[in-house]
Amino acid sequence: AEFIATKMSETAYSGSLTTFSPSGKLLQIQYALAAVEQGRKSLGIAARDGVVIAAEKKLSSPLIDAQSVEKVVAVNDSTGCVYSGMGADYRVLVRHARKKAQQYYRTYMEEPPATQVVRDVAACMQEYTQSGGVRPFGVSMLVAGWDDDGPKLYQIDPSGAYFGWLASAIGRNYVDAKTFLERRYNEDMDVEDAIHTALLTLREGFEGEMNEHNVEVGVVGADRKFRVLTPANVRDYLDEAE
Amino acid sequence: AEFAMSIMEYSGGAVLAMTGRNCVAIASDTRLGSQAQTQSTDFEKCFRITDKLYVGLAGLATDVLTLSAQLDFKHRMYRLRENRDMTPKTFSAMLSNALYAKRFGPYFCEPVVAGLNADGSPFVTCMDLIGAPVDTDDFCVSGTCTENMYALCESLYRPDMEPDDLFETISQCLLSAVDRDALSGWGGVVHVITAEGVTTRRLKGR
Repeated sequence: AEFIATKMSETAYSGSLTTFSPSGKLLQIQYALAAVEQGRKSLGIAARDGVVIAAEKKLSSPLIDAQSVEKVVAVNDSTGCVYSGMGADYRVLVRHARKKAQQYYRTYMEEPPATQVVRDVAACMQEYTQSGGVRPFGVSMLVAGWDDDGPKLYQIDPSGAYFGWLASAIGRNYVDAKTFLERRYNEDMDVEDAIHTALLTLREGFEGEMNEHNVEVGVVGADRKFRVLTPANVRDYLDEAE
Repeated sequence: AEFAMSIMEYSGGAVLAMTGRNCVAIASDTRLGSQAQTQSTDFEKCFRITDKLYVGLAGLATDVLTLSAQLDFKHRMYRLRENRDMTPKTFSAMLSNALYAKRFGPYFCEPVVAGLNADGSPFVTCMDLIGAPVDTDDFCVSGTCTENMYALCESLYRPDMEPDDLFETISQCLLSAVDRDALSGWGGVVHVITAEGVTTRRLKGR
């Protein structure tokens, strides 16, 4: 009898996070990225004098108290973030990032630059791609901050890879959103333009009416103070656009 | 005859830092001893972190060497991670933290930090062996003859000295102070730090 070797299919490796597939992928990470793509759209724009991050906050029922859902949050006074993907995973990462930022402060009596915050979060996400018994985080995050060398916007993926962007979008229809941003982005944009562009980008493909209760916007400028815009602030911008 | 003394006095030594106008100087003696027995006459106690930041360590020699290597390591890692040098303020915070981390088994060193801030203004600070910092705008001293050094600094120090004047003053303070201390002396080294760079000079003692 002959022994015939059969090649296992690519997807046979998808069950184990810590095993590469024949084509060199870790399929669990690919699937985590798919989970992110199911998530609500979020985006960020690094303008000349400030960084803007924003997200759709489409809730599954009008009975949900919108105020209790926070997508755009501060990591520390000068850095903020938003996500697309699994909200529960996001909250774990935010907690981790905040703790790391405070530990940094304890050592250096100085706020960590956004780049360092991103490194810490990315390292955490990478750990969950190389450990036993865990799964990767089902979120991509956009982190906004202002360093000694100016505005910073970073995207961190479930693999732990991170990229600095001038403008980026993640989540549902992110490809279209990115194309939209590419057309509208220019280096001389100021933060006011960026907020309007962010809201316009969110409006693309928005199901139903967009108002100040179903989007969230966060901004950080050269003053290095990250703040989440109140619904009233957002209302003003939406009114200006009309 | 042997006699017991505090562990902080075992090796002997003196470190002194002083501010000037847009400059700062840090100096140390060069004696290393085992109690009364002198072992070396060229054991410097000031260490370069960057061209704008020096740290002087007085105390037990083994801890002087270990702590200075640790601080250098921490700064190099910071520089690689963050693509920038530590400011004197950040370095002092990190040093204080590193000392307190060994609160119940400390490094027997009392450091003095001297540097220039980003705007060119001088920075000095000193702390005890477990990291309690003292921020001051004139001078900091550490070692086995601090009383002598305080007396001389209080008399000779004036604010806003130019680099050459600062060098003369700090050298006089150091040499006269260590001359009345059996455990410090045998020469000195002075680093004067300005925006243009660092000038290092050796002092002849007795």
